[in-house]
Amino acid sequence: MSDRNSDIGGLPVEELVVKADEAMRDRRKTRAGDSSWVRTWDHFRREWQIYVMLLPTIIWFIVFLYKPMYGLQIAFKDYSIFRGVADSPWVGWEHFKTLFSNDQFLRAVRNTITISFYNLIFGFPAPIILALMFNEIIHATYKRTAQTIVYLPHFISSVIIAGIVITAFSPTAGIINTIIEWLGFDAVYFLTQPEWFRPIFVGTGIWQEAGFGSIVFLAAIAGVNPSLYESAVVDGANRWQMMWKITIPSILPTILIMLIIRIGNIMEVSFELVILLYQPSTYETADVVNTWVYRQGLQSGQYDLAAAAGLFNAVVAFVLVMTANTLSRRFSRTSLW
Amino acid sequence: MQKWSLYSRGDKFFAVVVSILIGMFTVATLYPFIYIAAVSFSSGFAAQAGKVVLTPIDATIEAYGYILTDPQFWISYRNTFIYTIGGTIMSLAFIIPGAYALSRPQLKGRRFFNLFIAFTMWFNAGLIPFFLNMRDLNLLDSMFGIILAFAVNAFNIILLRNFFEAIPQSFEEAARMDGANDFQVLWKVFIPLSKPAIATITLFCIVSRWNGFFWAMVLLQSEDKIPLQVFLRHTIANLSDDDEFAIVQTAAGFSAETVTAAIIVCSIIPVLIVYPFIQKYFEKGILLGGVKE
Repeated sequence: MSDRNSDIGGLPVEELVVKADEAMRDRRKTRAGDSSWVRTWDHFRREWQIYVMLLPTIIWFIVFLYKPMYGLQIAFKDYSIFRGVADSPWVGWEHFKTLFSNDQFLRAVRNTITISFYNLIFGFPAPIILALMFNEIIHATYKRTAQTIVYLPHFISSVIIAGIVITAFSPTAGIINTIIEWLGFDAVYFLTQPEWFRPIFVGTGIWQEAGFGSIVFLAAIAGVNPSLYESAVVDGANRWQMMWKITIPSILPTILIMLIIRIGNIMEVSFELVILLYQPSTYETADVVNTWVYRQGLQSGQYDLAAAAGLFNAVVAFVLVMTANTLSRRFSRTSLW
Repeated sequence: MQKWSLYSRGDKFFAVVVSILIGMFTVATLYPFIYIAAVSFSSGFAAQAGKVVLTPIDATIEAYGYILTDPQFWISYRNTFIYTIGGTIMSLAFIIPGAYALSRPQLKGRRFFNLFIAFTMWFNAGLIPFFLNMRDLNLLDSMFGIILAFAVNAFNIILLRNFFEAIPQSFEEAARMDGANDFQVLWKVFIPLSKPAIATITLFCIVSRWNGFFWAMVLLQSEDKIPLQVFLRHTIANLSDDDEFAIVQTAAGFSAETVTAAIIVCSIIPVLIVYPFIQKYFEKGILLGGVKE
């Protein structure tokens, strides 16, 4: 690879006779007289380096993401470890029939949707409100410091988050019960009671992600045309009116897109945190599809049934995400991806 | 933004109320960390009785003495560093050349390859097939397996590819004139021009590796391979119903709560040290790869 001829100034370099060892970059023209395989050969001779660069990534995707998709066929098979994926006998929709007559699985589906729904109602507005409030703060250092602090929990692992929650909500040692008893009530065994799991889980999510989630909305607010505010000031509008009449309408497209993404991800409950916080006594409200899959498959070894549940989850999620992407195209010129 | 002196009385009141609310949220964010730090330095008895609110009660470092003398703590700490550094280097080794190739207009099948990668963001096979695949690959209980199997993700590649695509052609052309090949163009032109994007991806990799828990728990059996997060989880889960521990702790000044808190503090400290340095990148990063309006 010695030399490179580019189409300087947009002029095609038609006259150039391309020697095999020349790094000729312009691909838009076809040279009359060359058969297509000669051109293909030429292409790879010249451009082999980018294919070498791409190859490891493609192999990685095949080995770690596409091969498991091939393995998904065990959802329709009586999988045996000894026979392997390919040689296990087919059983058709058997596992799906089992799933949809399994109360625990159905409960997990319901819990997944319910928890996502709570996350949506309470968790979605939180970063927007936070961003709108940050926008009203005049003192730059105060704003900066507050932002630095509220972004922090996003970077803390779920094990630590769960550790903090378990410690804080502990019936005897935790600060929450200390306060409750100080107020004259009886201590509550928060983490063993089904009715408390969802508030704690959703609240923890807001505490951890609201700050970080506000970044997207703050960026949208920063993009609002300043002249809108200037003319509003001239008209005598106050900050509250400007927020409602200018800021919120201006960031509405961002809000809509983020909402669509959230709805598209409704099957994605952060099950890592669920695993860390739930226990058998709270499965009733806490068990989601992925935690059920984890217990059935990885802990009890019912790989085929668990894989079927996983496939169901993945297909529903896929349909939701695709719908969300199509919808978001309508609200923005570029799609999400 | 208007000048404060130009604010009406109502606006000033509004701004003050908002500042107070933000202050409350900030304190609420920070408080659990302060509480945990206070518990970690309290005596086991005070922590168990729920006496700790803001500052350590009967201040002691017994809990730290207990975990810092546990060889398993240091093994897992070392492992977390190995996973974080090794995993991040592995990720960049895949992602940077891959994103460069995908950003080249002359790449044949470019649309296909982009879709091939993006598809994995919308559909993935799930826990069980992934686990069985790891077993078939003989990567169970393997440190290298953890480093390799989580090296790449579609989001990071697409993020960097978008950044590469936005680099003006003229930069590249100058290098081509000097006879640079693709490897040289990537190394001498694209990487130096993409420092913010690469820093962002590096940050994402470091954070996800440092915090990685679920698959490490599932895939690793040997105690000498587990990362800090798994060790922390084991400790939290075991301490409270470990009889032997209960006997030890009655004699010593610590409890399950203070030991848990001490491990939490130890594993947060590196994050807190790095945090100020990475902060300027993640704000850009989240916007780089996120929603494009």
